[in-house]
Amino acid sequence: MQKFEAGSFDVIVIGAGHAGAEAALAAAGMGAKTLVLTINLDMIAFMPCNPSIGGPAKGIVVREIDALGGAMGKVIDKTHIQMRMLNTGKGPAVRALRAQADKVLYQAEMKRLMEEQDNLSIHQAMVEELVIEDNEIKGVITQVGAIYRAKTVIVTTGTFLRGEIIIGDLKYSSGPNNQQPSLKLADNLRELGFDLVRFKTGTPPRVNSKTIDYSKTEIQPGDEVPRAFSYETTEFITDQMPCWLTYTNERTHSIIDENLHLSPMYSGMIKGTGPRYCPSIEDKVVRFNDKPRHQIFLEPEGRNTREVYVQGLSTSLPEHVQRKLLESIPGLEKAEMMRAGYAIEYDAMVPTQLWPTLETKKIHNLYTAGQINGTSGYEEAAGQGLMAGMNAAARALNKEEIILSRSDAYIGVLIDDLVTKGTNEPYRLLTSRAEYRLLLRHDNADLRLTEIGFKAGLISAERFELFEVKKKLIEDEIVRLRKTIIKPNEETQNVVHSKGGTALKDGIKGQDLLKRPEMSYEDIEKLSPSPFELTDEMKEQIEIQVKYEGYIEKSLQQVEKLKKMEDKKIPDLIDYDAISGIATEAKQKMKQVRPLSIAQASRISGVNPADISILLVYIEQGRIAKISG
Amino acid sequence: MEFDTIAAISTPMGEGAIAIVRLSGPQAISIANQIFRSPGEKSLHEQLSHTIHYGHLIEPNTGDVVEEVMLSLMKGPKTFTREDVVEINCHGGIVTVNRVLQLVLINGARLAEPGEFTKRAFLNGRIDLSQAEAVMDLIRAKTDKAMNVALGQMEGKLSRLIASLRQALLETLAQVEVNIDYPEYDDVEEMTLPMIIEKSTWVKQEIEGLLKTSSQGKILREGLSTVIVGRPNVGKSSLLNSLVQENKAIVTDVAGTTRDIIEEYVNVRGVPLKLVDTAGIRETEDIVERIGVERSRQVLKQADLILLVLNQADELTLEDERLFEAIDGMDYIVVLNKTDLEKKIDSQRVEELAGNRKIVTTSLVKEEGVNQLEEAIASLFFEGSLDSGDITYVSNARHIALLHQAKRTIEDAIDAAHAAVPIDMIQIDVTRTWEILGEITGDTVEESLLDQLFSQFCLGK
Repeated sequence: MQKFEAGSFDVIVIGAGHAGAEAALAAAGMGAKTLVLTINLDMIAFMPCNPSIGGPAKGIVVREIDALGGAMGKVIDKTHIQMRMLNTGKGPAVRALRAQADKVLYQAEMKRLMEEQDNLSIHQAMVEELVIEDNEIKGVITQVGAIYRAKTVIVTTGTFLRGEIIIGDLKYSSGPNNQQPSLKLADNLRELGFDLVRFKTGTPPRVNSKTIDYSKTEIQPGDEVPRAFSYETTEFITDQMPCWLTYTNERTHSIIDENLHLSPMYSGMIKGTGPRYCPSIEDKVVRFNDKPRHQIFLEPEGRNTREVYVQGLSTSLPEHVQRKLLESIPGLEKAEMMRAGYAIEYDAMVPTQLWPTLETKKIHNLYTAGQINGTSGYEEAAGQGLMAGMNAAARALNKEEIILSRSDAYIGVLIDDLVTKGTNEPYRLLTSRAEYRLLLRHDNADLRLTEIGFKAGLISAERFELFEVKKKLIEDEIVRLRKTIIKPNEETQNVVHSKGGTALKDGIKGQDLLKRPEMSYEDIEKLSPSPFELTDEMKEQIEIQVKYEGYIEKSLQQVEKLKKMEDKKIPDLIDYDAISGIATEAKQKMKQVRPLSIAQASRISGVNPADISILLVYIEQGRIAKISG
Repeated sequence: MEFDTIAAISTPMGEGAIAIVRLSGPQAISIANQIFRSPGEKSLHEQLSHTIHYGHLIEPNTGDVVEEVMLSLMKGPKTFTREDVVEINCHGGIVTVNRVLQLVLINGARLAEPGEFTKRAFLNGRIDLSQAEAVMDLIRAKTDKAMNVALGQMEGKLSRLIASLRQALLETLAQVEVNIDYPEYDDVEEMTLPMIIEKSTWVKQEIEGLLKTSSQGKILREGLSTVIVGRPNVGKSSLLNSLVQENKAIVTDVAGTTRDIIEEYVNVRGVPLKLVDTAGIRETEDIVERIGVERSRQVLKQADLILLVLNQADELTLEDERLFEAIDGMDYIVVLNKTDLEKKIDSQRVEELAGNRKIVTTSLVKEEGVNQLEEAIASLFFEGSLDSGDITYVSNARHIALLHQAKRTIEDAIDAAHAAVPIDMIQIDVTRTWEILGEITGDTVEESLLDQLFSQFCLGK
């Protein structure tokens, strides 16, 4: 193959899925000359699995992406068919927004954004080789022999690396949804010495909605209140489409039992590790065989298509068995299958080979993000893509690196978990993975992250100004509530009484009255109107910050402790073998992860507090030796 | 956990006139401030560094006075550890100093590990390089010991009970988490506030039970309540006196609420005894009749240990036999006194009545047999495992402090649930309780919640 020079860039992004799209937009947005190379331009930001974005933890990630200046929130705000706020009956820490996406529109909108973006070039090509000199990336070579030079490269190849689709006893080399897989790049990464693991995930069949009998299912409408992920969205979609709920039954389960020997999961054909939180229907039936039924959600894939995603029926059973399964489910008896469910196996990087910036430890200036790092989920991919894009651009432009901590964002939790603990199954964010869940809320993502996005250059000056005003008004109103005494007059007692509270004996500070479980900011407002012009968003902030002050304070104290440990840096050149007294397992783990701080070291599984103590003393000893020597 | 506040008894264990409990770390002053009341009610935060303050330690919840102390306040960095340091000078003696230590541990300090003050001094640049190796050795040695202790406890009843409490909390948490992370899954029952109150209350009661019944815990807190009973003139007072004299009273004359009960604290082979002499049951009155009196029965009932004194120079009387009946089912040791006189008692009958209880012979007049009695007391409560005395004591103090903390956090959870606080806030305190209990058994596997989640519930799309 004749090779040729095809151009030179600050940042090259390989892949244009949810990670690649955010990475490219962020890098270009920061002013880096950026190129995206993708196998198929029509598959930009494609959703190969469920047509939805958000949900617990994940929805908060989308808000965080938006607060940092990323695209996912804005795009889904324009292209959803339904939105719902989940967990509204619970506390503020776990509320989360979820949208059903119009898959086609979502892709088109993301593609349009990328095409419009300054500094960003998009090209259809398959990358086969990375150009490396002295453990530093210099560029990439595509299958047509084009050499693109770059200061930094981000690999976001999702499930394409040596992807294999499995349906029953059929197995063939393929990317998701019958796309061309990436074979040579996987080999190239292996040759470069990277550790790759084999993971597995799956997707359910799709059916034609005109063949569904919806009368046998329950309707699941969206919220009537207009909702949005992006803090910038001002126009809301009012015309929503419902989802539908049905159930499997004993017949479905016995079909699975009878055909289990045909499942590649149980025949041994699938060797990759699948996610526990997203089991196939055959897994559910085998592992929980006492359950009489499982939920099946019917989710439209878009406004201009009849295709419906059968959520809950992820499977790799042969197609003829899948047809029987559908026939057994109320509402789907006559459903016409448009695509069969399948399992896909793919190569993923062992993520402990990465720094918290998502740069690989082995090859300087090479970054990886998204499903290649062992995660699953569009939001997890997008969050990583954004951070890798920001860091690659920062490196190329000689700016400071950007690392989010576990107390800053779910994205921080996600990346820290990956690079510190690794993962032995496709990793999904769950709210319980965050220690400071109460600080990482849906409502305060902008307060946590807008400043970081602004400093990086991804948030416009106008938006930042609006944000600062919002922040100040919230603070001022909280101070006012702290000072204002509400008198126990008739009006007050009436409001308190109507809420079922006990009557006031004395005047009470506004903040203390709001802290009563039965009171809301709205009630306080009636008794003591604010001199400030507050939006509903601000009022929500004020209510949460005042009401849960005690709990928030507790979390902040823990964060403070953690910060001190984060501040104790571990020199990169530390020789763990030279430290006697650290347990062998801990030594090996630390050599692999190369933690940057004592806090990160203490999160590695297999490293116990005594090892940390010895490490601290050793580092201090070295520091003193350096000064006196 | 390198940056929390640590505490330990800094004077040798034994019978000094005073003892010092030392606190070091960012919370040292505020912890001391919570439990210290000076005559002028001054706040320790406002005092100058390197000053000494007179006052009382109090139980912050009840306001009860625990001890009269002198308190040295030293603000970092001009201290041994370069952190804020508070030294509490209290009366010497194992019971007193343990109480002071308990108080600071319950109020937020962590029991220091061996060498930890020195380690901190080093890490904060206070001591020189040559000492680094010694510090590392200490940490290493500590790990080995901690392993042994942890292993030993893994077998124990305590750790089994704690494990069951943790499992109950974990299941509760898993259900809360499922409700949060999979809000639409209808086959998982919603964890409701009444359910969380029920589970948490059960855990709280178990913790309280542990704190109450854990005999060693109780010993450390208030001494082993020991009652001496016997007919008039068998030598009860002599026994009391020789135990007190030989072991030097730690706190004398802590008068009870009623005029006629006198308590003496003594330390017998590492077991702190609270000797209760029921003054009402004295020589002049008919003892059996007195035992019929409700209050005396109460004293007996609350006793952890009874020393039944018999005169072996007398025949066994009906009164003696009825005493055996009255203390049936309790822990007691039979003391056959007056071996200096001719023996008249029916030993076989005594053995019959005593069953498998220990019988010790003494001559209190000649000061014979007291040692054997002390050994019997010690072995009865430590079952001969007391030779590693300090370690057992240390880990116990730690356990008790952790149990108190766990009790407090689970109470916070229960209070919050009663106040209808959202469940994901309550979860913070439930999780904390689970973690604290894990510190007792040494289990802090982070993934266990997720494992529980996925094994307990059928989840996923």
